[in-house]
Amino acid sequence: MTTPALLLRGGRIVDPSQQMDEVGDVLITEGRIEAVGRVGDVRRDGAALETIDCAGLVVSPGFVDVHCHLREPGREEVETIASGARAAAAGGFTAVCAMPNTDPVTDNQAAVGFIIRQAQRAGAARVYPIGAISIGEQGKTLAEFGEMVGAGAVAVSDDGKPVVSAQLMRTALEYARTFGIPVADHCEEPTLAANGAMNEGIVSARLGLKGIPSEAEEIMAIRDILLARRTGGHIHLCHMSTRGSVELIRWGKERGINVTAEACPHHLSLTEDAVEGYDTNAKMNPPLRTADDVAALQEGVRDGTIDVIATDHAPHHYDEKEREFADAPNGIVGLETALAVNLTWLVHGGVMDVTTLIDRMSCAPARVFKLQGGTLRRGSVGDITVFDPDAEWTVDPARFVSKGRNSPYVGRSLRGLVQLTLVDGRVIHRRDGSVHGIRLPR
Amino acid sequence: MSPTGALGKDLLGLEDLSGDQIRLVLDTAEPFKEISERAIKKVPTLRGSTIVNLFFEASTRTRVSFEFAEKRLSADTVNVASSGSSVSKGETLVDTARNLEAMRIDMVVIRHGASGAARFLAERIESNVINAGDGTHEHPTQGLLDMLTLRDNFGHLDGIKVAICGDVLHSRVARSNIWGLRKMGAEVAVCGPRSLLPNAIGEFGVTVFDHIEDAIQWADALNVLRLQLERMHSGYIPSLREYNRVFGVSRERLERAPKDLLILHPGPMNRGVEIDSDVADGPHSVILDQVTNGVAVRMAVLYLLAGGRPELAEAAKGSGR
Repeated sequence: MTTPALLLRGGRIVDPSQQMDEVGDVLITEGRIEAVGRVGDVRRDGAALETIDCAGLVVSPGFVDVHCHLREPGREEVETIASGARAAAAGGFTAVCAMPNTDPVTDNQAAVGFIIRQAQRAGAARVYPIGAISIGEQGKTLAEFGEMVGAGAVAVSDDGKPVVSAQLMRTALEYARTFGIPVADHCEEPTLAANGAMNEGIVSARLGLKGIPSEAEEIMAIRDILLARRTGGHIHLCHMSTRGSVELIRWGKERGINVTAEACPHHLSLTEDAVEGYDTNAKMNPPLRTADDVAALQEGVRDGTIDVIATDHAPHHYDEKEREFADAPNGIVGLETALAVNLTWLVHGGVMDVTTLIDRMSCAPARVFKLQGGTLRRGSVGDITVFDPDAEWTVDPARFVSKGRNSPYVGRSLRGLVQLTLVDGRVIHRRDGSVHGIRLPR
Repeated sequence: MSPTGALGKDLLGLEDLSGDQIRLVLDTAEPFKEISERAIKKVPTLRGSTIVNLFFEASTRTRVSFEFAEKRLSADTVNVASSGSSVSKGETLVDTARNLEAMRIDMVVIRHGASGAARFLAERIESNVINAGDGTHEHPTQGLLDMLTLRDNFGHLDGIKVAICGDVLHSRVARSNIWGLRKMGAEVAVCGPRSLLPNAIGEFGVTVFDHIEDAIQWADALNVLRLQLERMHSGYIPSLREYNRVFGVSRERLERAPKDLLILHPGPMNRGVEIDSDVADGPHSVILDQVTNGVAVRMAVLYLLAGGRPELAEAAKGSGR
């Protein structure tokens, strides 16, 4: 496909992959980055050129989300691959990885191929399938990693459920080495976490809700770090939520164990106090923890112990959340609030600079999952996000592109707004509402 | 729109109330006690009010107590139990609430197995909502009737020492008592196996006793919680037999106390498990006084939520509001 050359002019180009932070221009031709440099240095003579003024905005390699739930197949009324990919684009994500806990489970090459085709049809953010570790996520029989990778899967995971059998996890880590893919790990010791609805602590004790202790996560985290040490496999720990987990990952990395980890914007910003009043939009697994855990996670992301920030975008129908807390499903939407939450709490909150944030949202996830993008180097794919780091807006779920409305940030004022998202040099989201020529209802 | 009185729109838990509000309920309950002693136990105070008793969990004592309180105040009442209603056909709580609201009721008394269910309902309907027990969260009218009973016996709540014994982890009665008693200036302790105490109990501002003997030495009154048989089946304790031997409130243990202890129990009792019969039936047991006080406390709560003025409670008994 031939697209006209595009010049992003005069933005603050922040690309941690080449230690770049300067005001300049980015030229994209034939879907790839042709030149990046100071204003005026980047020229293109002759052919048609579309120019977009980026003055006052940050131009960043496109964000990559290694953890989201797009619900298709099986729960298309809640989200589809197309609506999820468009929501991703609206949130500045140029690529997302779809977890396999759909109905049916993505545990074979045909299911992987289905996701790839649906994503191509949507023509929004790239969608990379993650295959299941075990058939049906039943935790018994290893799925066919080789065929799934051949069809386009980039990792394996039984996310939503822990791999209870240590032996199965060991085998998965060993077997995944052949294909060079990470094993994305939902850390939850099921007997400790059974029937839990929120973090175990004073708030759960007061509200009379069954708690999930930190140890339910940490016991599995250390088990699988140790199995990675034994096998040499790549364990990627999903949605880390506790101080203890950060310390265990640090311990593993200091010893050269092949462990990477992610944290979610909500665990980096909110505490268990958000559950007060039995707000089901603050219910997710792992649960929101304490201020001390949030501080440890923020520091872990800053110093790189936690490699990436991932959304764990988990849409639900509003009916499902409009019920008694213990019976409401886990999960919140995150694609369209991730950047603003991260900017508000981490950058404007003084935890890290915008360069570090972009590394954790773009460069690092691309590197950890071995995906294209995550850089503005010459010759790279034209996957780019342009955002205003300061613009304030109020979260109104009715305006989400995602079908999901379940957000704990409803009504909150956040800073940071995505203006433009490009995939292969093509505009897939524009703040003014025009997306590849179609005006979206706002 | 329902009136908003001294307690606010709803009674959801004692954690939400101030000490003054709790005192107000207890003081308002005093004149209502006498109605139940009359030959004709009925006053016109809530004539014309419609109250739905919505019970999603089995209950005899609390449901009957509320119903008597409502009827003695001349309210029109309807009982909805979870079996045989649309609830058992899979209707959601929010739909149940909306349908009740559409019938223009004034109050709902709700008992539900999920913590937060009463609040969930209260936020979605304009009627007054009274929590008659939500999951393992709160049971505020039980806490109030326990406090009224204690006050009747000690003359005051300030400074008295109350030990709550048993399965605090799963007990809404324990939570309501802890919040209420502490707000009224009482000292509160809990005693039970650590597997049946919240891990964060240290942050509740209560003393924790691992041995029932120590709690008995310390306390002026024991509130002995019911031990549900399912706690044994789900592995929190090894056996009821051992529970009785280690934590049971027996006459032998009480006789070693430096003073006579007042004995409360929210019922229904497991005789021979958490409490021995000679204690339950003994001279210091006020378990049946609690039941009597329950009706008066619930009348006071109904009256106050309906907008009744506390200083007129005595007069309200005769003439209606």
